Amino acid sequence: METLLQNLLNGIAAGSIYALIALGYTMVYGILKLINFAHGDIFMIGSFVGYYAGGMLSKQLNAAQGGSASSPLYAALIMLLAMIICGFLGYLNERIAYRPLRNAPRIASLITAIGVSFLLEYGGQFVFGPDPKFFPTLVQKHVINIGGVVTTNYQLIVLGVAIVFMALLQFIVYGTKFGRAMRAVSFNFETASLMGIPTDRVISTTFVIGSMLAAVAGILYGLSYPKIDPLMGIMPGLKAFVAAVLGGIGNVPGAVVGGLIIGIVESFVGGSSYSNYRDAIAFIILIVILLFRPSGLFGKYQPEKV
Amino acid sequence: MGLIPKRLLPKTWWLRDLVLLIVNVAILYLVWVALEYAALYFPAIRYPSRILVLMGINITLAVSLNIINGHAGQFSLGHAGFMAVGAYTAAFLTSKYFAPFVNQFPEGSAQQIIWQNALLLVSIAAGALTSAIAGYIVGLPSLRLRGDYLAIVTLGFGEIIRVLILNIEEIGAARGLTGIPGWSNFFWVYFFAGLTILISHRMVMSSVGRAFLAVREDEIAAEAMGVDTTRYKVKAFVMGSALAGVAGALYGYFMMYLNPGMFTFVRSFEVVAMVVLGGLGSISGSIVAAVILTFLPEALRYVKEIYADMRDPRMVIYSIMLIVLMLTRPQGLFGRRELWEILARRKDSNPKEARDQGDATDKMDRDAGPPVT
Repeated sequence: METLLQNLLNGIAAGSIYALIALGYTMVYGILKLINFAHGDIFMIGSFVGYYAGGMLSKQLNAAQGGSASSPLYAALIMLLAMIICGFLGYLNERIAYRPLRNAPRIASLITAIGVSFLLEYGGQFVFGPDPKFFPTLVQKHVINIGGVVTTNYQLIVLGVAIVFMALLQFIVYGTKFGRAMRAVSFNFETASLMGIPTDRVISTTFVIGSMLAAVAGILYGLSYPKIDPLMGIMPGLKAFVAAVLGGIGNVPGAVVGGLIIGIVESFVGGSSYSNYRDAIAFIILIVILLFRPSGLFGKYQPEKV
Repeated sequence: MGLIPKRLLPKTWWLRDLVLLIVNVAILYLVWVALEYAALYFPAIRYPSRILVLMGINITLAVSLNIINGHAGQFSLGHAGFMAVGAYTAAFLTSKYFAPFVNQFPEGSAQQIIWQNALLLVSIAAGALTSAIAGYIVGLPSLRLRGDYLAIVTLGFGEIIRVLILNIEEIGAARGLTGIPGWSNFFWVYFFAGLTILISHRMVMSSVGRAFLAVREDEIAAEAMGVDTTRYKVKAFVMGSALAGVAGALYGYFMMYLNPGMFTFVRSFEVVAMVVLGGLGSISGSIVAAVILTFLPEALRYVKEIYADMRDPRMVIYSIMLIVLMLTRPQGLFGRRELWEILARRKDSNPKEARDQGDATDKMDRDAGPPVT
């Protein structure tokens, strides 16, 4: 029972990180019908911003008063910085690699997406160096024991921050004027632009929001799994995309549910004797679900019309 | 085939094809022998000729993926997985059973050479067969899924294949499979590259290929016209993955070592980039793009020497060039046309005349036959 709860808790913590990344995938896909393969690498950049900012901050503070940088306020500031940098990167990404191809065949932007992804990975290796780095402890770690289930304040922070940002996104998408514009563009691109919605601006903002969420995920990931390297975005990015497809791509709550499912199942498989198959399990779930529900758990099935 | 004047060729089509095949294989063989001899005297060309072999393998991969993604219009992102199945099958058979058998003959004897090449063909065929089976299994979900969903499922299958290999002790698991003899060479690699191009080109010209194009252009219309779309989609997957298995087998012999890390989805992305860059559905486009994208990182090797440390800017430049190439030619280098179609059209300066000759150009292509190697 305790191991069950333990696995569940670890799974939810990992799953909420997947969910944050998946939200970016699902929003972009909902609007542009584009798999933004570079999204996982934006997540990696977010982690690295945290690494460098955290390192610099603690150096400054050490010089000043000998204190360490582990305080929630500094952590929040670093997260904000990562969000700004990644948001800007997301904007550039859309502006340079996707906007010129908006009227070209969709497959062309898929290849530029792969190109941008390669660029961030290899550029990261070139700039940061290929060897793994250790993420600074932005917040002091405490172990909390609740009736045999061991957790850390990190997991609780991950969970709390993820919930806050998901709620914020839910509010933006369903409660603001911009969110309505976004849904309109996603529903029908051309009609939305005829109705006076500045589609280019909406798309750019969507990229910025998605990239900011990826930056949050990057910081949370660095906090929970402190070894980061320039290729770290590939696997979580891919699994987050699987999560988005699982929940029905283009569907915001679906991405969250998909992320949690992937996280929990992976945690259970990782704790069992089949732990070697951990990396494959996400795809196996995906294939099984798509065979029975070809548009994901919450996706609407759209029969093709002639 | 400009090498032999048309009037010297036999009139019967199969006799003509046979003559062309023999001539081409003979030319290929001579080129290979010349390369081998040149390498004896100028060891410096060993390295470029290794890149040439790698290029041949990439051409095979790109042309085989072009059958699935270009001709049939399905979107597969799992090509590295099929390649891995073929590579591991051939390498396992060879290192476990065939190599000890061949090694019992004295080195350099005629028996050894004959057995080696015969068993090479057997294991490549086995690799193609297992890859084809894998392609059939992956092709089944394509009955239900379209577009991006299919892409992500094939990507998933590719990763599952990799994780499975990672967990099979008999083929080396994470350590990799060692002890593969280096049986592949310039001749065999380009022989199979030529064969792949030939198969692919002949197929597009046949009723099967026409059905593929129909499925690509409009699946519903194709179905209404009586094309069994599911059958042709699975057929495309089986064909494409079998040929990827051949490329994988050759790759295993070439590297003399296999490891699951060679077949991640990044490898699939590279092949997809070749096909899309060349122009989806254009065989010559895939070939040219495969050549460019194999050559590019090598050509940038001198850039690396500026930086003495581990940091390698080659792949950074590679990815920037990939983005720039795609931005400047979103439809791919050749679009959906073939190189010879573009050249033929350029000759006619008069656009009206060119339009009138549209049919004639098509016919000429069929008569001219495919380029072997």
